[in-house]
Amino acid sequence: SSDSELELSTVRHQPEGLDQLQALTKFTKKELQSLYRGFKNECPTGLVDEDTFKLIYSQFFPQGDATTYAHFLFNAFDADGNGAIHFEDFVVGLSILLRGTVHEKLKWAFNLYDINKDGYITKEEMLAIMKSIYDMMGRHTYPILREDAPLEHVERFFQKMDRNQDGVVTIDEFLETCQ
Amino acid sequence: MAAGVATWLPFARAAAVGWLPLAQQPLPPAPEVKASRGDEVLVVNVSGRRFETWKNTLDRYPDTLLGSSEKEFFYDAESGEYFFDRDPDMFRHVLNFYRTGRLHCPRQECIQAFDEELAFYGLVPELVGDCCLEEYRDRKKENAERLAEDEEAEQAGEGPALPAGSSLRQRLWRAFENPHTSTAALVFYYVTGFFIAVSVIANVVETIPCRGPARRPTREQPCGDRFPMAFFCMDTACVLIFTGEYLLRLFAAPSRCRFLRSVMSLIDVVAILPYYIGLFVPKNDDVSGAFVTLRVFRVFRIFKFSRHSQGLRILGYTLKSCASELGFLLFSLTMAIIIFATVMFYAEKGTSKTNFTSIPAAFWYTIVTMTTLGYGDMVPSTIAGKIFGSICSLSGVLVIALPVPVIVSNFSRIYHQNQRADKRRAQQKVRLARIRLAKSGTTNAFLQYKQNGGLEDSGSGEGQTLCVRSRSAFEQQHHHLLHCLEKTTCHEFTDELTFSEALGAVSLGGRTSRSTSVSSQPTGRSSLNAKPHDSLDLNCASRDFVAAIISIPTPPANTPDESQPSSPGGGGGSGSRSTSTLRNSSLGTPCLLPETVKISSL
Repeated sequence: SSDSELELSTVRHQPEGLDQLQALTKFTKKELQSLYRGFKNECPTGLVDEDTFKLIYSQFFPQGDATTYAHFLFNAFDADGNGAIHFEDFVVGLSILLRGTVHEKLKWAFNLYDINKDGYITKEEMLAIMKSIYDMMGRHTYPILREDAPLEHVERFFQKMDRNQDGVVTIDEFLETCQ
Repeated sequence: MAAGVATWLPFARAAAVGWLPLAQQPLPPAPEVKASRGDEVLVVNVSGRRFETWKNTLDRYPDTLLGSSEKEFFYDAESGEYFFDRDPDMFRHVLNFYRTGRLHCPRQECIQAFDEELAFYGLVPELVGDCCLEEYRDRKKENAERLAEDEEAEQAGEGPALPAGSSLRQRLWRAFENPHTSTAALVFYYVTGFFIAVSVIANVVETIPCRGPARRPTREQPCGDRFPMAFFCMDTACVLIFTGEYLLRLFAAPSRCRFLRSVMSLIDVVAILPYYIGLFVPKNDDVSGAFVTLRVFRVFRIFKFSRHSQGLRILGYTLKSCASELGFLLFSLTMAIIIFATVMFYAEKGTSKTNFTSIPAAFWYTIVTMTTLGYGDMVPSTIAGKIFGSICSLSGVLVIALPVPVIVSNFSRIYHQNQRADKRRAQQKVRLARIRLAKSGTTNAFLQYKQNGGLEDSGSGEGQTLCVRSRSAFEQQHHHLLHCLEKTTCHEFTDELTFSEALGAVSLGGRTSRSTSVSSQPTGRSSLNAKPHDSLDLNCASRDFVAAIISIPTPPANTPDESQPSSPGGGGGSGSRSTSTLRNSSLGTPCLLPETVKISSL
């Protein structure tokens, strides 16, 4: 157990300085301070791991199962893919989502849908995302959730998005359709 | 770097002047030091209590919160102090660490709270000073054990909640492991217990000499020989039941290899094997001696009771956990026996007609004396023998008394753990029920809000405000989030009642959910639900996405508080409205109220 204690103590993260973060994001110093206070209160070690993230996110959707979608969200926030969200990731993500231009937001959404981050959204990826969103509704919905509802939704989405009908949606097609 | 070393660095660097004459190569230039302001006093305000300290003190440990630039996140420019919303009593210890280099652990505080403070301020638990380290570790271990038991109890408690589609095998196994789950299992449990008792009693009784009929008063036979048929039938019945039970358990076990290796199954096998061996061994005189020996193993059936008695199991665990102490006891006793037996043998060698014929013969005397039994069948007669005999009995008391308290404390610990586990299991049930209640409370609040027509357009909102229950800012935003999810998926949240109604309506053939929805609406529903459902599907495609403003209160937790990235297909569908759908609404002036950050939804 002393080993695990040691492990825990070394996995601690200090964020970049306030000034660097201010340069990276569109938040003011005060906003960053208040965001950090909240973040630090929840995660004294300075990073959020995936399980904690899933737990927190699930609390907002008590009726359904939010873990799959939380997984995708986690990967979207975790820019450097190291399995934990640091304060920088958190704040940069929030800055895009809250203060970014429409273009940046759409890019972020594209990044969320593109599960393997290869620059293309395939039907399978879209289906996975759609299923995870529908999962959050839970069982008790009105009208009753059919098995193929996510698939239908994906088909409609692809029809509109995929201009050249090659089975994948690129970032340009995506931006074009949504603008 | 270790504690306090930073203060000595300038000294070490100054002393490097001693190398100057000896250096073979020109020494590198000194690093540029930022214009260091004179040492200043920092004010740290922890929940209203002001602590003042030199900046240098805090800089001693640059990889902690207070020693690094991380503290700038807590700097309040107006008052010029660092504000932390934490426990001021605990902060005292943290600050003392910076001052003295030793982190002490408060005796009267909960160890978990202390740990959390350490984690917050970036102090590694290894920094706890030697004076308090042992106590800290002990308390932490105790806590961890208790929490581990909690989790185990939780997992064990999930056992009774068996999934509906479990196979016969799983049901059987569960019936065997937890007899209290069904009446059949309970009956089986008691029946096997009864037969174990019967078998053991039969074994005992068949050796009692019972007086024969009056005509042969002189001959006394054990009952087993007088009524061989009766005892044989009883034995057969018991063995049949035990065999059946063993085979059923083997069939139901989720992991047969593991089951075969477990202690209980070994006991079962040992209990029934002698009978079968006896069946197949012919009534041969040579072998029947061995066969009689096998009957001894029948007494192991009494160990089958350990499935029925928790106390026996605890005793078994205790002995297992005290294996090392028992081993030590055995080893030291053996040593002492050999030593004293040798001494006694040689002391009594001279006497005629002595009992101490050899050293192994003297073992018996030594054991009986060391355990203070003193049967008196072997007694030393020489003076030297008597002296050594008394030393032997005194040392025996000591050697046996030493490991016993360890064993006793182990037993007491395990016993109390068991009691605590039972208590915690009961508390856990209550806790889970309360959590489930809280969860359903959130959903119900949302559904209630919808029913009260809170989702109508803001135009008629004025009239609604009186009847709609006033909600906190958190609730408002949470409901908005759920509402966005509904819009994304074109389905709505309902409660179980309506859901089962709708299910029933659908299953009545012919009437689709579309038509029933309109007719079976309770009148309290908002106007959204009254719309026909085919239009609901299409409307999702062309509905204008409201560019609402949501505020999130700080701390904004770790959820990215954006609305669901709703299917942009909807935005693309309506060409004319495309410009308005993804409007970035009024964020021109991000005026930050002290508590909120404003965002807009897609």
